[in-house]
Amino acid sequence: MPTLSEAASKELLGAFRVPFPAEHRVATADAAVEAAAALGHPVVVKLGGDAIAHKTERGLVRLGLGSADAVRDAADALLAAATPDDGEVHLLVAPMLRATRELIAGLHDDPQFGMTVMLGVGGILAEAVADVSFRLAPIERTDAEEMIDDLALQALLGPFRGEPAVDRDAVAEVLLGLSEAAAARPDIASADLNPLLVVDGRPVAVDALVELR
Amino acid sequence: MGAGSERFRALFEPRGVLVAGASSHPGKFGFVSLHNILACGYSGKVFATNRDGGEVLGVRCVTDVADLPDGEIDLVFVCTPAAANPDLLRACAKKGITAAFIASAGYGEAGEEGLAAQGELVALADELGILLAGPNGQGVVSPPVGLCAQIVGPFPPPGRIGIASQSGNFVSSFENYAQLTGVGVSRAVSAGNAAAVGVPDYLEYFADDPATAVALAYVESVGDGRAFSERLRGVAARIPVVVVKGGASTGGQKAAASHTGALASDDRVFDGAMRQAGVSRAATVEQGFEVAATFASQPLPRGNRVVVITTVGGWGVVAADAIAGTDLELAPLPADLMAAVDALLPPRWSRNNPVDMAGGETRDTVPEILRLAAEHPEVDAVLFLGMGIQSNQAKLMREGPFWPDHGLERIVGYHERQDARYAEATAEISEASGKPVLVATELAVTSPDNPGPATVRAGGRLCYPSANRAIVALDHLWRRSRWLARRGLG
Repeated sequence: MPTLSEAASKELLGAFRVPFPAEHRVATADAAVEAAAALGHPVVVKLGGDAIAHKTERGLVRLGLGSADAVRDAADALLAAATPDDGEVHLLVAPMLRATRELIAGLHDDPQFGMTVMLGVGGILAEAVADVSFRLAPIERTDAEEMIDDLALQALLGPFRGEPAVDRDAVAEVLLGLSEAAAARPDIASADLNPLLVVDGRPVAVDALVELR
Repeated sequence: MGAGSERFRALFEPRGVLVAGASSHPGKFGFVSLHNILACGYSGKVFATNRDGGEVLGVRCVTDVADLPDGEIDLVFVCTPAAANPDLLRACAKKGITAAFIASAGYGEAGEEGLAAQGELVALADELGILLAGPNGQGVVSPPVGLCAQIVGPFPPPGRIGIASQSGNFVSSFENYAQLTGVGVSRAVSAGNAAAVGVPDYLEYFADDPATAVALAYVESVGDGRAFSERLRGVAARIPVVVVKGGASTGGQKAAASHTGALASDDRVFDGAMRQAGVSRAATVEQGFEVAATFASQPLPRGNRVVVITTVGGWGVVAADAIAGTDLELAPLPADLMAAVDALLPPRWSRNNPVDMAGGETRDTVPEILRLAAEHPEVDAVLFLGMGIQSNQAKLMREGPFWPDHGLERIVGYHERQDARYAEATAEISEASGKPVLVATELAVTSPDNPGPATVRAGGRLCYPSANRAIVALDHLWRRSRWLARRGLG
């Protein structure tokens, strides 16, 4: 199944109200430096392309770049790391968001139940923690609210380490947006918002991966 | 009700029953089914066929269905070999029979040939207008009309729980719990191979069935999960549906490219689908029955605030712990309720929820405190713990060497009347307030003839074997109540 690039995935899901950070898609290191200056440091720079799906595993994500020089070095290195198999590539420059809480959300086409919407506790331990809730798409607002209630780690959703409580309505909006995307685009086979960071209580998806049929 | 419902009525409330393949051998299905139909109080006419004629259990067997009266039989219970069944169904249809329970094996469970025979039988039944239950099932019971057309025990007491199961043995398990607890059954059916009629079909009928208030199902495979969920949602919008799912842990995570897919185990997706559909999913078989029995015998709570009333402290503490693990809430004791209870008990009572009466209760205070709690607008449900203690001691006296002298007869009678009275009060107060009032004591299991649990049982309610089991059941009621309310169905 073909996967969309991060940029194309975000473009698709962004049209359904999934919140992504302001992000610049550029072709050169110079343009990356300019974009970082516009966003304000620190930033994240990633190598993107239609054939690039698992960036973290390949070291194609550079975090916490605090100066123009750091951005330039990272951009040069990322462009040099591209292989012929990656096809056309670009650089994504995004603000470095700080969050102690991570959620995960997505779409999964179940062989028995068809398209489902998922919400879970995210982060690198997401699969081990497996605190997740599924519903069959399409979902209604009540379903989205109940998915949030289903999570066992409710303490994560309240006020946490000096940060405000998670805006449950905003999380419900993300789930409803995913559900709408699945309804409008039957060619979507799966979608991941991982991580869905909680920044000042609001969900922001800093990565997206959409698989098409 | 449509023609479909009429045929289900022929299955569950037949005017007459025919056992096809009645046998004089007491170990055969054809004997056992006839025995059970005759032994359990069925008031309709009973007929039988046998290849050689003769008589079984006093029923004269015909060799040919054509010799039976027209229009007196609704249901045929089929024990004959698979090869004989197509002709049998044709003959039955001519007699006006509209439902068949096929106990015979040799169908879909028996390889390709059996599967082909099953397909042909389904098509034939459809053409003849016969509802085809089974094949390869253990039978159907309908206690309100004394129908026990099944090849296993027990025959449960009549009640309002409708049971459908993909495993005949779980029908039997639920029937055993019904017998143990006295909370009875309206219909129970083993779906067998579910060739034509599956669990969702039975559940949809239960929603139409005036005799059934709650549906209880055991399922292992759901086939088209989306269709299954949508149909159960339709049922759950009308009556409570309790599902126990077998094989919950076998479908592990699939190999998936996406993280979402990797997290999508069969069980998590099933669980989410059931929550969405408003189905109460029970974790175990006994929990499934207890939740269904609670739906059948208690009103739905309108909120989640519970008051626990106990005669001694420890039970209340454990009940509070159990509540903490659910969506229920231990209600903060309202000031006016606190003051009212204070006026009834010596100062050593807990002055908190759980209301620990600390042995300070007298004859009238227990019912009075139960009533005050249940009637309070800031309380949604009441759990009463500690009933039957005095009667348990009384039992030792009644069975001991000093009975009935030394004043024993008088005190024993007093304690036994008290516990029965407390039990009656819980039911009366629940009815008057329209709120759930649950009673839990291990005596429900260890000493079911204790006047406390025995009186709860006589009133048609479940006496829970422990506080935590009562709380789990009540939590399911609250979640359904909330599901209905949030969707404007309450």
